[in-house]
Amino acid sequence: MKRAFANPLARLGLALIASILLLALLAPVIAPYDPDAINVKSILLPPSAEHWMGTDGLGRDVFSRMLFGARISLLVGFVAVGIATVIGVVLGAFAGFYRGWVDIIIMRLVDVMLSIPTFFLILAVIAFLDPSIWNIMVVIGLTSWMGVARLVRAEFLSLREREFVLSAQTLGASEVRLIFRHLLPNSLTPIIVSFVLGVASAVLLESGLSFLGLGVQPPQASWGNILTDGKEYIQFAWWLSFFPGLAILLTVLGYNLLGEGLRDALDPRKHP
Amino acid sequence: MSGARQQARGNGGIGMNGIILAARGLSKTYVQRSGRFGFGTTRVKALDDVNLEVKAGTTLAVVGESGSGKSTLARCLLQLQPLDAGEVLFEGQNLAALSGKALRAARRHLQMVFQDPFASLNPRMKVGDIVAEGLVIHGIGTAEQRRDSVARMLERVGLAAADMEKYPHQFSGGQRQRIGIARALVLEPKLVVCDEPVSALDVSIQAQILLLLKELQQEMGLSYLFISHDLRVVRHIADEVAVMHRGRIIEQGAVADLYAKPRQEYTRILLNSIPGRHRLAT
Repeated sequence: MKRAFANPLARLGLALIASILLLALLAPVIAPYDPDAINVKSILLPPSAEHWMGTDGLGRDVFSRMLFGARISLLVGFVAVGIATVIGVVLGAFAGFYRGWVDIIIMRLVDVMLSIPTFFLILAVIAFLDPSIWNIMVVIGLTSWMGVARLVRAEFLSLREREFVLSAQTLGASEVRLIFRHLLPNSLTPIIVSFVLGVASAVLLESGLSFLGLGVQPPQASWGNILTDGKEYIQFAWWLSFFPGLAILLTVLGYNLLGEGLRDALDPRKHP
Repeated sequence: MSGARQQARGNGGIGMNGIILAARGLSKTYVQRSGRFGFGTTRVKALDDVNLEVKAGTTLAVVGESGSGKSTLARCLLQLQPLDAGEVLFEGQNLAALSGKALRAARRHLQMVFQDPFASLNPRMKVGDIVAEGLVIHGIGTAEQRRDSVARMLERVGLAAADMEKYPHQFSGGQRQRIGIARALVLEPKLVVCDEPVSALDVSIQAQILLLLKELQQEMGLSYLFISHDLRVVRHIADEVAVMHRGRIIEQGAVADLYAKPRQEYTRILLNSIPGRHRLAT
């Protein structure tokens, strides 16, 4: 872990994520205005001392909306990737541990899922369901577990032949014990890295969906639908598109930097 | 042979003419996909009708070049890989017919020491937990009693009781092999399969580990199945030797006889390839 933070880029990523998380957590304390309060006297004001990021077409304070939007975006990111990671680890572990037919069936399922463009699949599914944040989390989770499954399977396949696993088997270890004491703890590193990288793409997906109106529904704020609000006024109210765009960029950048930093630091081949 | 088998089953215990482990007709073929697009298959006979017996309290060495099927033999004897045919009688019980819980229970007295001391210890477990794992699995003793026996075992193999709190990467290859030996022996097994236990170690360390194995054999009344490619090592530790070549055992006999007058041409070639052989010949 120490090595991860020796890398200045990974440190930058961590700092970015920590400050965004902190802002999101403290949103009710920091936000100067009610994020949903409409004020017809202050429509489309540019950034100023009173409204740090200006106001939108309904006179709502953009900074307050950004803070509350961060909560939604990050919540969706974490829960969706959490779901995907659990599914991926379980299926990957089954495939890698039992091999044979179990492996073939699970891996073909992975191939089928990967052959479908995720974003369009999500669009299609959301079109049938209510576009609520819970539905979005579940749908993103159910469509992005394949990478983790492949990773865990590969890890299990190679660990399964290692002598310490054979030794545990000789001692009489049950399958449950083999998996939870020997295989999973030694596959944790790639799982953590893929979790961190996964959050970045889930945040991006949620923003994209909300931007298309299929994600978080107004008046609830998310970075994606603040962007949508902004696109009507983009010619004369740049702040409405600029700040959510910047926030998405920094979040995704932060997670990617941290994820790659962790990968490099935890890769034993790079540090013999 | 069927008579011997019956007798083995009938006695069902250590009695069986002092034979603790008997393997009969072991066969294992690996099928690999080959050729363009993997439509063809190649069959490799790793074990071809292998028969052997280990007498209680003695050491049987299996020697052969790489790829001769030695390691497959070790793994098949311990049921880490399924056999195609044959039976493994351990104290009169056919291990190849067991599975699940019964197999796990039977394994308590049949342990293994592995070749690579760097791959054979779980890097994320403390040494104390590694050595105690077998005791935990078989529900032997209370937590405190387990700690005591682990400490005693570690001291017996030449480490310190305080080493329980350390992780494997803090030890050298020779020390790690001692941990592996402690892990196998803390269960008080009757037979230990040693798969090239010293081939990954420096020559000076090899001698220490071999000596330790010999001492432990006398103290605990162990039987060893010792797998090695190194005939110099084998001469030090074995009572009997089986020579393996292309999945078959081609010659078997007492150490002194086999080294003095090998019957098979292949055995002669193996013996002639020992460096400094003229010094051993006496």
